[in-house]
Amino acid sequence: MSTTDAPGRCWVFGDDINTDYLAPGKYMKYGIDAIAQHCLEDVEPRFAREVRAGDLIIAGRNFGAGSSREQAVEVLRHLGVRCVVARSFAGLFYRNGFNLGLPLLQGPAATEAPAWGIAPGAPACLDLEQARLQLPDTQQALQCQPIPPHLLALVTDGGLVPHLRKRIARERLHSAASNP
Amino acid sequence: MTPRTLAQKLVGRACGDPQVQPGDIVTCRVDLAMMHDSGGPRRLKPHLDSLGVRVWDPERIVVVTDHYVPATDEDSARIVRIARDWVREQGIRHFYDEQGICHVVTPSHGHLRPGMFAVGGDSHSCTGGAFGAYMFGIGATEMLGVAVSGEIWLRVPHTIAMEWTGRLPGGVCAKDMMLHMCTRFGMDGGQYEAVEFCGGAVRALSMNERMTLSNMATELGAQAGLIAPDATTVQWLQAAGVPGDALHDMAQWHTDEGAPLLARHRMDAGSLAPQVSAPGSPARAQDATAFAHERLDIAYIGACTGAKLDDLRMAAQVFRGGRKAAAGVRLMVAPASAQDQRQAADEGVLQTLVDAGAELLPNACGACAGYGANTFAPDTTAISTTARNFTGRMGAASSRVFLGSPYTVAASAITGHITDPRELLA
Ligand code: SF4
Repeated sequence: MSTTDAPGRCWVFGDDINTDYLAPGKYMKYGIDAIAQHCLEDVEPRFAREVRAGDLIIAGRNFGAGSSREQAVEVLRHLGVRCVVARSFAGLFYRNGFNLGLPLLQGPAATEAPAWGIAPGAPACLDLEQARLQLPDTQQALQCQPIPPHLLALVTDGGLVPHLRKRIARERLHSAASNP
Repeated sequence: MTPRTLAQKLVGRACGDPQVQPGDIVTCRVDLAMMHDSGGPRRLKPHLDSLGVRVWDPERIVVVTDHYVPATDEDSARIVRIARDWVREQGIRHFYDEQGICHVVTPSHGHLRPGMFAVGGDSHSCTGGAFGAYMFGIGATEMLGVAVSGEIWLRVPHTIAMEWTGRLPGGVCAKDMMLHMCTRFGMDGGQYEAVEFCGGAVRALSMNERMTLSNMATELGAQAGLIAPDATTVQWLQAAGVPGDALHDMAQWHTDEGAPLLARHRMDAGSLAPQVSAPGSPARAQDATAFAHERLDIAYIGACTGAKLDDLRMAAQVFRGGRKAAAGVRLMVAPASAQDQRQAADEGVLQTLVDAGAELLPNACGACAGYGANTFAPDTTAISTTARNFTGRMGAASSRVFLGSPYTVAASAITGHITDPRELLA
C-alpha cells in the first residue's frame, strides 16, 4: 500500500540552484540553525522565513550543483522541506539527499516550463513509493522516476546514520551470538 | 574479455567483479579516504562517538586542514582543533596540518596511484582522476559510512570521452580547455558519469595541468574525471615518493579500443583561445577578448584549481621582465601547497610574483571557499584562477568574479582590465 502525505505548498525555482545558495559559505562555520536562516537568501529572501514543515521544492535542471557540503541538504531538512522534485540533480547532492533522509524525485523531462507549470504556492500531495505528486488545485498528477530500491530503503530508515546504527546493532548481536 | 572503459576496469577491480556493466549498482572497497577540516572530523566525530565505533582502517585515511586555516576566529579555531584531536584519537598518521589544499597535498605525498578506488570529502576530489585513480567527492554522512565500513555503493558509470587533438598554443592551458568544455556541455553535461580526457593534447600536458582538468570534472557535472596514466604520471609519482614496484602494471589502466562510450566529443586544442567565464557560472566562457572592457579591483591566483606549481610558473612567465600589477589592482596569490610554494621560491617564481606586487596568502582555500578569510567586499570586480564563480561564493553577493587561467589573471592584473595574455607573452 502506498501512502500519500497531507498537502504541502510548492516553492518553485529555476535551473542550477547551487549548494552555495543553499548553504552560503560565510555561515558554514556555524551550526545548522544559523545556516538555515540564510538558505537561498541570494535567490529568494522570503524562503527561509516563510517555508513551513511539509512544503516541497520544485526546481529545474541540476539542482544542488557545486560543493559536497551536505549542509545544503541539512538546511532543507531543518526547515521542514518534505521533498525536492527537480528535472535533474547534481550527482553529489543526490547521494547526500538520501544519506540525510531527504527524498529527491526526478521529474519527467517534459518540455513545459517552468517546472511543469506548477504555480508557486500550489498545494501538492506526495506519494513517495509511487514517485507521484498530486496537485489538487489543477487535478494534475506528476509521475516522477521511481526511486531505486536501495535508496528508498535508506530514506525510509531516515538516512544513512540510522541505517548504520541498525547494521552495527545487527553485527553486534551476531558476534555476541557466535562468541557467547 | 570484451573491451572495457578505464572507469569499468577501476570500478570492476574495487568491487571484485571485472565484468561490471554501466548502470549496475555495486559495492566497492575503498583504498583511500581523504577528508578536510570542514567536512571531515568536525562532522564525523559526533556520529562515530554515538555509534560507538572507530574508523575501519586509520592507514587508509588522509586528513588535511585547508578550509579553516589559518583560523581567523574562535569558531574556525575550534573546527581545526577538532581535526587535530581526532587524528590523534583515531591513530591516523597521514595528517597534513596547514600544508596546503587537500587535492594537491594528498597526491604530492604519494597517497594516490593508478588503479586505486578513492573517495574524498570534497566535490573537487575528482582531481585524483588525473592519476588514473577512480576518485570522487562525497558528503560527510557518506564519509561516515566509509569510515565505519570501508565500503561504498556506486552505480557503475558510463564514460564520456573528451578527446583533444592538436597542440595548445602558447599562453593557452588546461584551464582554458575546461572553461570551454563547461560552456559547451553545461554544468550538467557530465551527467554524473565518468568523463575521460584523452587525445594528444591531453597526453602532452604536465601532471599539474592534468590535475586542473580532472579537478573541474565536477563543474562539468561528472562523478569522475579520468586520465589514463602514462610515463608522465609514473615520473611524477616516483618523485612524490611512490615506490617503483607500486607502479609497474600501468599498461592495463586505459580504455580498450572499441569499449562502449556514452559519447565521444572531439575538440581541437590548436584553435583554442584564452577563455574567461562571466560572473555566476564557469559555463559562461567566451574568448578573453570579449571582456576587455571589464576593469578589475582584484586578481586572485589561488585554489587547488589554479595555484599549483605550474600555475604559479605560468603567472610568473607573464610578469617576467619587471612587469607589475596595475595601480588599484590587488594581486592576491595563495599557493596551493607549502611544497609548491617552496619549489616556486627555489625557482625564483615566487620572487617574480612578489616583485609584481603580489600579496602572499596562506597555503589554504582562502577566498575560494568563501568561508571567512580574504573574501571580497561588495561591488568588487575580480578575476580568479579558481573553479567556481557562483554569485556570493567568494564574498558579497554584489561582488563579480570572472574566471580565467593563471596566464590570463596575471595579464589582467598588469593592465587592470581583462586581457588576453598572448598580448603580453608575444
Ligand atoms: S581551493 Fe577552492 S575548490 Fe579547492 S578545495 Fe578549497 S574551496 Fe574547494
